[in-house]
Amino acid sequence: MNEFLATVVRGLGNGSIYALLALGFVIVYKSMRVISFAQPAFMMAGALLTGYLVLSMNFFLAVLVALLLTALLGAGVERLALRPMIGKPVFVIAIITLGVDIVIRTVVNSFIGLDIRQMGDPWGLEQLGVLGARIDQRHLATLVATLIVVAALFAFYRWSRTGLAMRAASSDQEVALAQGVSVGRVFSLAWALAAALAGLAGVFLSTGIGLEQNLWLTALKALPVIILGGLDSLGGAVIAGLSIGIVEALVGSYGDNLHPVFGGDFFLVVPYLLMLLVLLVRPYGLFGAREVERI
Amino acid sequence: MSRPLLYLSYKQDMALLNTPAKRWWTLVLGLVAVALPFLLTDDLLVVLATACVASIGAIGLNIVTGYGGQVSLGHAFFLGLGAYTAAALSGDPDSTRLIGFGITSLPVWLLAAGLVAGLAGLIVAPLAARLRGLYLAVVTLGLVFIGEHIFKHWRELTGGVGVGRPAAVPELFGFQFAVDGELFTKAQKLYLLMLVLLVIFGVLARNLVRSRTGRALAAVRDRDLAAEVIGVDVTRYKMIAFAVSSFYAGVAGALLYVMIGFVEPGSFNLGMSVQYIAMVLIGGVATISGSVLGALFITLLPRVTRELPAVLPFISGSSAAGGITVFQVETILYGLLIIGFLIFEPRGLFGIWIRVRTYWKSWPFSH
Repeated sequence: MNEFLATVVRGLGNGSIYALLALGFVIVYKSMRVISFAQPAFMMAGALLTGYLVLSMNFFLAVLVALLLTALLGAGVERLALRPMIGKPVFVIAIITLGVDIVIRTVVNSFIGLDIRQMGDPWGLEQLGVLGARIDQRHLATLVATLIVVAALFAFYRWSRTGLAMRAASSDQEVALAQGVSVGRVFSLAWALAAALAGLAGVFLSTGIGLEQNLWLTALKALPVIILGGLDSLGGAVIAGLSIGIVEALVGSYGDNLHPVFGGDFFLVVPYLLMLLVLLVRPYGLFGAREVERI
Repeated sequence: MSRPLLYLSYKQDMALLNTPAKRWWTLVLGLVAVALPFLLTDDLLVVLATACVASIGAIGLNIVTGYGGQVSLGHAFFLGLGAYTAAALSGDPDSTRLIGFGITSLPVWLLAAGLVAGLAGLIVAPLAARLRGLYLAVVTLGLVFIGEHIFKHWRELTGGVGVGRPAAVPELFGFQFAVDGELFTKAQKLYLLMLVLLVIFGVLARNLVRSRTGRALAAVRDRDLAAEVIGVDVTRYKMIAFAVSSFYAGVAGALLYVMIGFVEPGSFNLGMSVQYIAMVLIGGVATISGSVLGALFITLLPRVTRELPAVLPFISGSSAAGGITVFQVETILYGLLIIGFLIFEPRGLFGIWIRVRTYWKSWPFSH
């Protein structure tokens, strides 16, 4: 039971990271109808900047500044590489984001170097005893931070004028334009938000265990998450992110009894298998909008 | 009096070499390609042979993505399937560590590799046919991760991470390609072999895409609903596209490691898929010759950047020294090229060639 509780909390912690990343993907998708493969790069950039800034200031302040810088980077990328491509096929734009990812990540990696870089976070690898279970503080911190960010994000979308503008632009760009919404600004904002969310995910991912070059692969796990939740559903992204985190943690803890053919790190591919299974039944994900076909 | 550019029938228009210029250029290119082994050094020939194989893979991806419009990021998985099928078939049957059947005849393992990959493509295709656009891209991406996991853990087949296994042995009726002979070196023989295979598979693909199947694929790509209305069986043609593309990927995978002689299970990752996407996009979407150009470009890129430290002293040749390394420059250049081509020349290298051609066709009049 204790192990079960610890596993679930670990799953929720990792799932929060997936949810943050997935929210970024969904925000960009809602604004541009494009999957941004540049999210891993922003994640690494956010974590790296925090790692540098924390040397000269308080951890929380460092995170804040790093996220602002990452958001600027995101908006800059959108302006330079994505804006000229408006109206082109989405596949082409998606591949451009792949190119952006390669470039930014190479630069970030050259700064990370071959060693593991510590974040200087207040909780590290310390544990907490809850109901007799040993729980990593960082997982709890991730979960709490994610819940706050998600609540703020939903409130922003629901009640602010800019949020309304973003929703309007995502449902119909031309009509939104006619109503005085600056769609270009919506694009910039979406990219900035997505980059900052990815950066935050990167910070939490590398607290405790430290930042290293291979961490970017985690960001790709948000892809099964968004497919599972539906590409255009913010709520779906959060729910799918948390559930994939939990399933992955459960398989990681209890999957050792499976056949050795699956291998010890079988839990790493569980999200992708889950995605394939769900897509067999529901091709638009669990919460995604069914595409309407017009002739 | 013959009028070479006047076409009286569709068949004439769609002929492989429909203009005299094409005929002459093909002849010249063919002669140059055959003469190259006697002009270039062996290490360059190996790179060119790899480029020929990569071209076969890129042609395969272009059939499904360029002609069929189905974005696949799963090419690396099918390349891996081909590589391991071929390696297992031609492997040493007495080995206790690895699966091997000792069938070293090239046509046998080449076809088997293609068929196994093609079959896997057929199995994936029904799922893929239900999905559209970026959903499909992400699902095929998942395929790569699942495949990578299997390759890393199935030690009897792949040798495991960091260990790997010997690649397929190219042998044709007792003639060994991968050994230095009296007349030709290993590199010369391999280059000529890959060149011949590229020509065979290139012409086959060109014939496929100018036939009924190719037209159906283009219709599905441009508007699948409209294609269905005019009587194209969309699911069937999507499946054909996936199967053919995977067949090509399998063939390319089987040949890709013959030059190095060694397969490592970690290499069939997302990076490899992206590399093939880049070949297709940089070369030119929905053109066979473009795929070849793109493959040449991407394969030669590392070779060119390796010469950079000699010209630009601030770039260092090894990762041990500080500053920017060649590998970083290469990766960044590769990313920038993808972005740059898509923004400024969406039709790729083939598009540039078309522009040059039309310029000279009407020279000195610009219109």
